[in-house]
Amino acid sequence: MNILLHLIQKEFKLELRRKAVISGITLYLISLAFICYITFSLDHHSISPATWSVLFWLVILFSVVNSVAKSFIGERRGVFIYYYSVASPQAIILSKIIYNTALSFLLSLTGYFLFSVFIENPVDDKLLFVLTLFLTSFGFSSCLTFVSGIASKASNSNVLMAVLSFPVLIGILLLAIKITKNALDGIERAASTDEILNLLAINCILSALAYLLFPYIWRS
Amino acid sequence: MQNYRLQWWKILTIVLLYYTVVGGILFPVPRLPIMNETIRLNYFHVPMWFTMMFLFSFSAWFSIKYLRSQEIKHDDFAFESAKVGFFFGIMGLLTGMLWGNYTWGTFWPKDVKLNNTAIGLLIYSAYFVLRGSLEDETQRGRLSAVYNIFAYAAFIPLIYILPRMTNSLHPGSGNNPTFRLFDTAHNMKLVIYTAIIAFILLGYWLTTISIRLRVLNKSNDEKF
Repeated sequence: MNILLHLIQKEFKLELRRKAVISGITLYLISLAFICYITFSLDHHSISPATWSVLFWLVILFSVVNSVAKSFIGERRGVFIYYYSVASPQAIILSKIIYNTALSFLLSLTGYFLFSVFIENPVDDKLLFVLTLFLTSFGFSSCLTFVSGIASKASNSNVLMAVLSFPVLIGILLLAIKITKNALDGIERAASTDEILNLLAINCILSALAYLLFPYIWRS
Repeated sequence: MQNYRLQWWKILTIVLLYYTVVGGILFPVPRLPIMNETIRLNYFHVPMWFTMMFLFSFSAWFSIKYLRSQEIKHDDFAFESAKVGFFFGIMGLLTGMLWGNYTWGTFWPKDVKLNNTAIGLLIYSAYFVLRGSLEDETQRGRLSAVYNIFAYAAFIPLIYILPRMTNSLHPGSGNNPTFRLFDTAHNMKLVIYTAIIAFILLGYWLTTISIRLRVLNKSNDEKF
């Protein structure tokens, strides 16, 4: 448990020092939000909730994939050997998943804030929406961290990472978009409980799988 | 697997497949509105999915065995059964689309089970991409075994659990009655059970041939 906390702390410290991921992704988010703003202010029509939802999830999907992809692929060889000697593979994968969840959630919230500022905020049920963002961040992060671990051992890793993770991400995204639609319309929360439970279940399955299978990838 | 002659179960497969085709076309079926005679496609559509699930389970089982034993034979089994299973999945989709065109009006209606099955097949095609991009045999076996187990564990809830919880066009999900409704009336059981067994046996047969081909290719490559 101690090692887990240390590893998570290490990830945050590294990130704050290098600022590689945060700066890149913030630039990406801000430029996308700004482009949307310019396009829609030219049009003088208000944007429909469906379009808002599509644009938002596209931005989040690509930002999260780009940021989490660097978790294993960017690391140098020597760092891997060091980790191998210091901590158990379970601790490493769990710490990376938790760190990436925090990162993705932060990204999603920033994206939501930027979208609300530049384009009007059509979300009715804000708490439900933020809950969706959190569950989706966790799902994306566990899937992408695990696939990044697999892809880092292969050549041509970036393309491979996208291809391997794409179907599972689409599955998670389908549920998230369904809940987003409910949140945008503002209907009662009980209508979305099915999808929320599904998202929770998928998150459990994905993180359990990553936890169980990662040691086999790690040995090499 | 060493005995390549026409074994008893291969003859049984041929007999059962003949029975399925002849019985499927000639035996009486319940008369239901909209579906009429197209319900006969049920004899082919459902066994495709059963075969695919059987072969994917086979593949996942051998992936687990590979991770524990590191024998390349298990990796071969896992890959070939995933390949044949994927083929049966595509066939299931095609038969379903054909049937759906006559009952629901379009080739691809907006249905949860259909979308999830397509996603599931995409996951397995990513498995093949992964195998293609890795060169070293041990590493390829290990990483693809891990991904195979991951894909299987993600596939099961996608296809079986999620569609039942939501409203879907397929029978057995949401508000639709299941296929039991047809069976009791007009003995579709006569053909459907043998069809499932026949196609599973056919899938297994194709897998064994595939594995044999792979082993022969490998030994051929080693001789230069």
